Amino acid sequence: MSTSVTPDAPAPATAPAIQGAAVRRGDRTFLGLSRGAGILILVLMAAIAAFLIWKAIPSLQANTANFFTETEWKPDADPAFFGIAALTFGTIMTSVIAMALAVPVGIGIALFIAHYANRRLGAALGFITDLLAAVPSIIFGMWGLSFLMPQMQGFLEWLTTYFGWIPLFANDLGIFTRSIMIAGVVLAIMVLPTVSAISREVFVQVPREHIEAALALGATRWEMVRMAIFPFAKPGMISASMLGLGRALGETIAVALILSANYTINWQITEPGGNTFAANIALRWNEAGPIGLSALVASGLVLFVITLVVNMAARLIIARRAEFSGANG
Amino acid sequence: MTITRTVRVVGATAAAALLLAACGSDGGTSDGSTDAGTIACASGSIKASGSSAQKNAMAEWINAYQAACGDATIDYQANGSGAGIQDFTNAQTAFAGSDSALKEDEQPKADARCAAGPALNLPMVGGAINVVYNVEGVDKLVLDAETLAGVFNNDITTWNDPKIAALNAGVTLPDATIAQFHRSDESGTTDNFVKYLLAKDVWSYEGGKAWEAPGGQGAKGSDGVASAVKSTPNSIGYVELSFAQDAGLSSAWIDNGNGPIEPTSENAAETIATATIEGTGNNLPLSIDRAGTTGYPVVLVTYEITCEKGLSGADLEVTKSFLTYTASADGQAALTEIGYVPITGDLLTKVQTAVASIG
Repeated sequence: MSTSVTPDAPAPATAPAIQGAAVRRGDRTFLGLSRGAGILILVLMAAIAAFLIWKAIPSLQANTANFFTETEWKPDADPAFFGIAALTFGTIMTSVIAMALAVPVGIGIALFIAHYANRRLGAALGFITDLLAAVPSIIFGMWGLSFLMPQMQGFLEWLTTYFGWIPLFANDLGIFTRSIMIAGVVLAIMVLPTVSAISREVFVQVPREHIEAALALGATRWEMVRMAIFPFAKPGMISASMLGLGRALGETIAVALILSANYTINWQITEPGGNTFAANIALRWNEAGPIGLSALVASGLVLFVITLVVNMAARLIIARRAEFSGANG
Repeated sequence: MTITRTVRVVGATAAAALLLAACGSDGGTSDGSTDAGTIACASGSIKASGSSAQKNAMAEWINAYQAACGDATIDYQANGSGAGIQDFTNAQTAFAGSDSALKEDEQPKADARCAAGPALNLPMVGGAINVVYNVEGVDKLVLDAETLAGVFNNDITTWNDPKIAALNAGVTLPDATIAQFHRSDESGTTDNFVKYLLAKDVWSYEGGKAWEAPGGQGAKGSDGVASAVKSTPNSIGYVELSFAQDAGLSSAWIDNGNGPIEPTSENAAETIATATIEGTGNNLPLSIDRAGTTGYPVVLVTYEITCEKGLSGADLEVTKSFLTYTASADGQAALTEIGYVPITGDLLTKVQTAVASIG
């Protein structure tokens, strides 16, 4: 790979030359630029974190409730009184629903496109799922609110009638709109293209020999998928899911439009209510007072940390899995 | 949602342009002088920011003003009352729009910004909050503070509840569950709606810009509430007059103890006109008597906040000239057409005097 850097130089001399003293000016400039870009990312991250902490401090000092366990959100009251318990619950719940729906379907789409469909159909389907990723989130929000929500009524009623004995699906109000469940479904649709597009890329890279070897041994298609494709693609599938989860955690306007924002922890997810970090910031930022703004920044800091942790966990899983996959193509 | 608003603004602009064109054409005759002719123009450009509740009023006024005064530009950012007051006290803007008068801790800071004189709270734009409902076959619905609080507090859950029926003799109310909608975002509309319930002593929460009662469903923005009520049978919600009109929703009449009153701009203006002034001199923060029985009681007033003395240059000239126009009879009349409520009577005279004192 590195030999292509200086195509006009004699091939054997190039590789050591890059580390040596006789580095050309172009190489040095490029090295500086790329190193600078790398450092810039770290500086940006640090600057964001520092800004969030700096702006969050006044509200955290004024807060008279426990920031982590309090559900109420009254930072502009006197004395200030707020916590992120309800926001954390809503954010995780909507994301879990989104992932539970989007990951299996997204991987299914990717498998079908990569290994089941004929080339032309696969290309068309791939194009359409990629297109879905380009739809702005407010469109999903409006569509979810005015089309999906009324359409889901019947299904949710059915769910409550027959599965209401599961506390999650119980509904004491008989109202099925603006719930965590609906927000989760809309998020799932938004996350779907991310999951399927990245999984598809990985599925396509599975070495032909693995697939052919499995088929030659008499494996059925499903067995081939299980034995040859999944082990190879596992890290890719995980990182696809984590990227999707990142989008679901931070999605703002679609959730803000759909949820009937309140600050309770309600496990009955088909009832109206719930709130997320991002939606809460969008809904309260405009009219918030000084402490209110600071409190919103504090909640943003928590979201920042949660997404960092999710991403780092994903990296860890991928790094560990890579050793076992046994196929580094 | 945004589309309808844009259309309205564009429509209003077009109407204003026509109006100006009309008086331009008969320029010189005496009846032409009542419109744009009364604007005493200044030149320069100023910045202002604040309340989003008066955004459309500002857009309308600025269009009319700039059309008449080619040398002046006014840039109003509807970034919320809190941010508006902050911008003003930091001397970044010439005036602020606010849903409420300066609070005790804000007034000294604003005075300090003006240095040479106090900061004035000038009531400029009124509004009526309509209780909109969507119940088939009910053309006229009467509610009072007690039933409103009951509905929005989940004590009254069906439309044919005896308490609602008692106020609506002869109306067939359905035996249906009430779906009630409130604002999920913080808003001055919620603040003033709850102020009414608090004034009537029927609300057990503290009040404020965020909705506090449990239950019901939250929707984002007045347009969100309006469209939720429109698309949900047997629902009820609260929005400002213009949103009720735009969405074509029926609005409940409110009985404040002296018979039901229709939520119109005129009836709301009557309530605002009876407000008492709490400030001294030309500072005019209001105390609205929402428990009164003469006008439509669920109202709000938004203010322009600026310096009596201490502005200079274009800030002074354009602010004074612009506010003189907005406080004029023409400026206030323009409000009614776009679903706001004008300031009238003695109060308007006092606002005009206060604006004249700027300088």
